Amino acid sequence: MSVIDLTSLNKTVIAVSGLNTGDNPQPGVPVIRCLRKAGFSGKIAGFVYDAMESGIYTEGLVDVAYQFPYVNSGQETFLQRLDYVLSKTKIDVIIPTLDAEIISYIRLQQELLNRGIRTYLPDESTFNLRDKLKLYKYFTEHGIKVPKTAILSDLAQIKEDKMDIDYPFFVKGRYYEAYKANNKDEAQSRYTELEHKWGLPIIAQELIHGDEFNVVMLGRGDGSIVGMVPQRKLVITEKGKGFGGVVVRNPALDEISRKVLALLKWKGALELELIKDSKNDFHLIEINPRFPAWVRLAEGAGQNLPAALVMLALGQQVESFPDCTPGTMFIRHSEDIISNISTMGLLSSSGELNNKGK
Amino acid sequence: MNTNHIKELALNDNGFLFDPTTGYSYNTNELGIVILKQLIDGKTKDEILSSILDEYDVSFDNINHDFDHYLLQLDALNLLEVTI
Repeated sequence: MSVIDLTSLNKTVIAVSGLNTGDNPQPGVPVIRCLRKAGFSGKIAGFVYDAMESGIYTEGLVDVAYQFPYVNSGQETFLQRLDYVLSKTKIDVIIPTLDAEIISYIRLQQELLNRGIRTYLPDESTFNLRDKLKLYKYFTEHGIKVPKTAILSDLAQIKEDKMDIDYPFFVKGRYYEAYKANNKDEAQSRYTELEHKWGLPIIAQELIHGDEFNVVMLGRGDGSIVGMVPQRKLVITEKGKGFGGVVVRNPALDEISRKVLALLKWKGALELELIKDSKNDFHLIEINPRFPAWVRLAEGAGQNLPAALVMLALGQQVESFPDCTPGTMFIRHSEDIISNISTMGLLSSSGELNNKGK
Repeated sequence: MNTNHIKELALNDNGFLFDPTTGYSYNTNELGIVILKQLIDGKTKDEILSSILDEYDVSFDNINHDFDHYLLQLDALNLLEVTI
């Protein structure tokens, strides 16, 4: 089976988070576009944290939007808000797309199921294995190259050169953002900046020179793969975001990707970030527990992974996709969305917005 | 000359070349297209030079030198392996 058809799900309601686009785009908008491309004509509920998330105002995308409290508000607050939303509309499936919220959804899977809501996520122990803090130790032990990594919880580790990593190296936040530090001053400055933004610990990671590759995958939780699309980044922004890429077919990349997913027995969406060095060896840089913002490329290359995830979440059997088409490429462009300030005002004041009156 | 990798490349009639294993793409000129197509088809250097001499007004010495130089360029791009 190569085409997932969601046309029969016209009474289904799917909630998707992460609707911001712009210079640091979130995956929600492309995930929804993939679902629509599969013929999904049911209701899409946008779960948003901020009234400025641009996907809310994009025509034909989100039928209804609900503002949620930030993840750090706690499970009880989240469930109270969810129960309010459920008093307005049923939700059949939730696809969370933001790193920081995935763990909450994993912990709440049973609570969600009790409310008739399906997800397709790994368990907590699997989720933790790909954490930036554990990546180096776990995967190096299993024969996969990972850049040397140090976990920093004290600025003195940089000041006193206690990391055993040569400059320049990357200074990374626990969940988001990474900066190259060329010297001790820059490393200390980035450490402080990231600590204020995302808290401790901070991660120092060896810099590997080479081409950047990303792989989006969907696993069943038993080590098997529903689909896998690898790309090389063609356009990289100052923030390191891939704004253009091309699908590749590289046996070594396929092998390492399959090995990672099999080791984790990952259930759900997954993105691998890798760098190929001058000796053609791949180094695993990061594993993200969700679809990437470039997931439409997978759909374009013949693997509509978000649509497949919906079918799996609903308990349907989904066959593995045939190999994707190398040479398929994407270039990201931004455009202005026109709305009315009162629309945003309605969402800001009431916490919800009905775009279509469905 | 090891041309195994070059057989995996996608080449169109305009000289656009895509390497699916690395994601790199290249452009080549008309004569480059002629050479690459025949390399992809598994032709030998003698066969390729012979076809070029039939088609173009060029001396053997010139095309022989240019051909070797072109192969070295392809080698530098890791598209084939020149064995000396």
